[in-house]
Amino acid sequence: MAIRFDHKPGLVVYLTAGDPSLDATREIAIAAIDAGADVIELGVPFSDPLADGPVIQRAMERAVARKTRLKDVLALAGEIRAARPQAGLVIFTYLNPILRFGMSKFADDAAAGGADGVLVTDLIVEEAASYLAEMQRVGLAPIFLAAPTSPDERLEAIAAHSKGFIYAISRVGITGTQQSLTGDAAALVGRIREISERQGRTLPVAVGFGISNSEHVAQVGRFADAAVVGSAIVELIERTTAEGGAETAPGAVARFIKGLCLPEAALAR
Amino acid sequence: MASVILPAGQMDSSESRPGRFGVYGGRYVPETLMAALVELEHEYDLAKNDAAFQAELAGLLKDYAGRPTPLYFAKRLTEQLGGARIYLKREDLLHTGAHKINNALGQGLLAKRMGKKRIIAETGAGQHGVATATVCALLGLECVVYMGDVDMARQELNVLRMRLLGAEVRGVSAGSKTLKDAISEAMRDWVTNVRTTYYLLGSALGAHPYPTMVRDFHRCIGREIKEQILEKEGQLPTAVIACVGGGSNAIGAFYEFIPERQVRLIGVEAGGRGTALGQHAARFSGGSPGVLQGTYSYVLQDENGQIALTHSVSAGLDYASIGPEHAALHDSGRAEYVSQDDAAALDAVVRLARTEGILPALESAHAVAEALKMAPTMAAHDILVVNLSGRGDKDMGILARELKL
Repeated sequence: MAIRFDHKPGLVVYLTAGDPSLDATREIAIAAIDAGADVIELGVPFSDPLADGPVIQRAMERAVARKTRLKDVLALAGEIRAARPQAGLVIFTYLNPILRFGMSKFADDAAAGGADGVLVTDLIVEEAASYLAEMQRVGLAPIFLAAPTSPDERLEAIAAHSKGFIYAISRVGITGTQQSLTGDAAALVGRIREISERQGRTLPVAVGFGISNSEHVAQVGRFADAAVVGSAIVELIERTTAEGGAETAPGAVARFIKGLCLPEAALAR
Repeated sequence: MASVILPAGQMDSSESRPGRFGVYGGRYVPETLMAALVELEHEYDLAKNDAAFQAELAGLLKDYAGRPTPLYFAKRLTEQLGGARIYLKREDLLHTGAHKINNALGQGLLAKRMGKKRIIAETGAGQHGVATATVCALLGLECVVYMGDVDMARQELNVLRMRLLGAEVRGVSAGSKTLKDAISEAMRDWVTNVRTTYYLLGSALGAHPYPTMVRDFHRCIGREIKEQILEKEGQLPTAVIACVGGGSNAIGAFYEFIPERQVRLIGVEAGGRGTALGQHAARFSGGSPGVLQGTYSYVLQDENGQIALTHSVSAGLDYASIGPEHAALHDSGRAEYVSQDDAAALDAVVRLARTEGILPALESAHAVAEALKMAPTMAAHDILVVNLSGRGDKDMGILARELKL
């Protein structure tokens, strides 16, 4: 029950909770962990996901339409925790559902449900004092985003306040797949590492946004600790659910994940 | 340690921090935008104190936009209502037909000063989109405007104006297909193109420094009202009334009067077609504090924190949140917020058109409707100033249908 990346590159899998259903998300998460995911990020559906691209927007729209609540996502985290005690679990959300739920109650329930960490997309370090205090109180890891546009003084604050891992955004932009990784990602991870070292900390760095195939994962593995795969898997769930029903999604996701984590030698063929 | 790190235990909502209005405001954005917001805050501070920048803006506001706008005594309307004396602040006479040009000129000059060549904007009723397209044409900047599909259909005239001015109008088909969704899409564009693009936000909304900056560019409205009413009446108004969508025209009209405690400040929200969630855009009576699109303010939302759909006959008021400075003025009691529904706004359009020969925008008509209600209950020595934020030509399609013209 911790965020750990025992082999490199580690794999973080993002799922929009409740798409196509909460039960399906649980089965997909378990299949993903069994296939090699180190950490599952459970995305809390929100009506106005302004940092997300079309794929996750559509997934959130479906999950919101099914009335998936923050409370349900926290209960789902508890079920996944019970089924797979070893995996890392992160609640990935926009701020407003937490504010409505109550920051303190959220912290209590997320910790009780077995989450390891929380990432709030639209909460920057400067606005996070009470959030940080609550995370500290219940022993949850606050995970902050670091962007290619973040200057060093912001990276210092992000690194100083993050626990679990630091989520480095691979490029400017919203979530969604891309053909190739830009040089932004490696440069950003290099800056984060340097700053972390100066602070005397060794927090893992995961790279996300646009990571969609085994080449991307291998590339990320050369300079970061883990890769985050989101939209590619959410899109796969959308497609397989439409074609073969929700029960086909866990198998499809497991096969996809196994294909993502090929050793680098296999890619060189 | 970096300067941005907060001391442990300090509340996020500290009122002393820049960009906060009481507990409201702040910056709730993806990290990718933070560097751009900090740069914008810095550049705006420099421009604000730059005499050359201010002189260029003042020149354009005067000779290009048509400031100062008249403060017109609505004599026939006053006589008909038999109470307070009603004055109309004629922002509808500005170039492009609404107050929006004040802010578009200010931010357009700022963007140019920052060396940005590409401008993006969101628009609801299309008035901010037209103002932005106009300023981009004037300054030779590329312009992309995001607009909800519903709004594109109901404010088609403004879509055509933007295109004629050389702007690209991108329809947004997500969510309620109105202003809120246009802002989300503009923010997605900004996150993606943040290194080259200036986001010219059109209301006193969003992350710091936007609410402050947009208010500053509209402060001229209240300043002029004050000077003009003192000249005409020798006294301050009893009340200043303005419609509130995001709240830019209202904060511009109110701001100068905030220290004048005897002047009532009345913001009019859209009552839509009923009090159920989804049928209106009355954030203070139907909403609660929350975070939407970068700022902490009152938000129409359900019990799970999902943002509610809204309705108003006026696209410019059809929005689930409200500028954070209004939230603070509401909580402190310094400003009062009421609502007028679709039917009252439509009646007000007809009344003003036929009594004074002035066709107000449906947004502004909400403020007129409040004046129609208040004036008869007041004394002849009372003075109501209505900020007539825009003209109604853009609404002819809706008016033709609703009023069966």
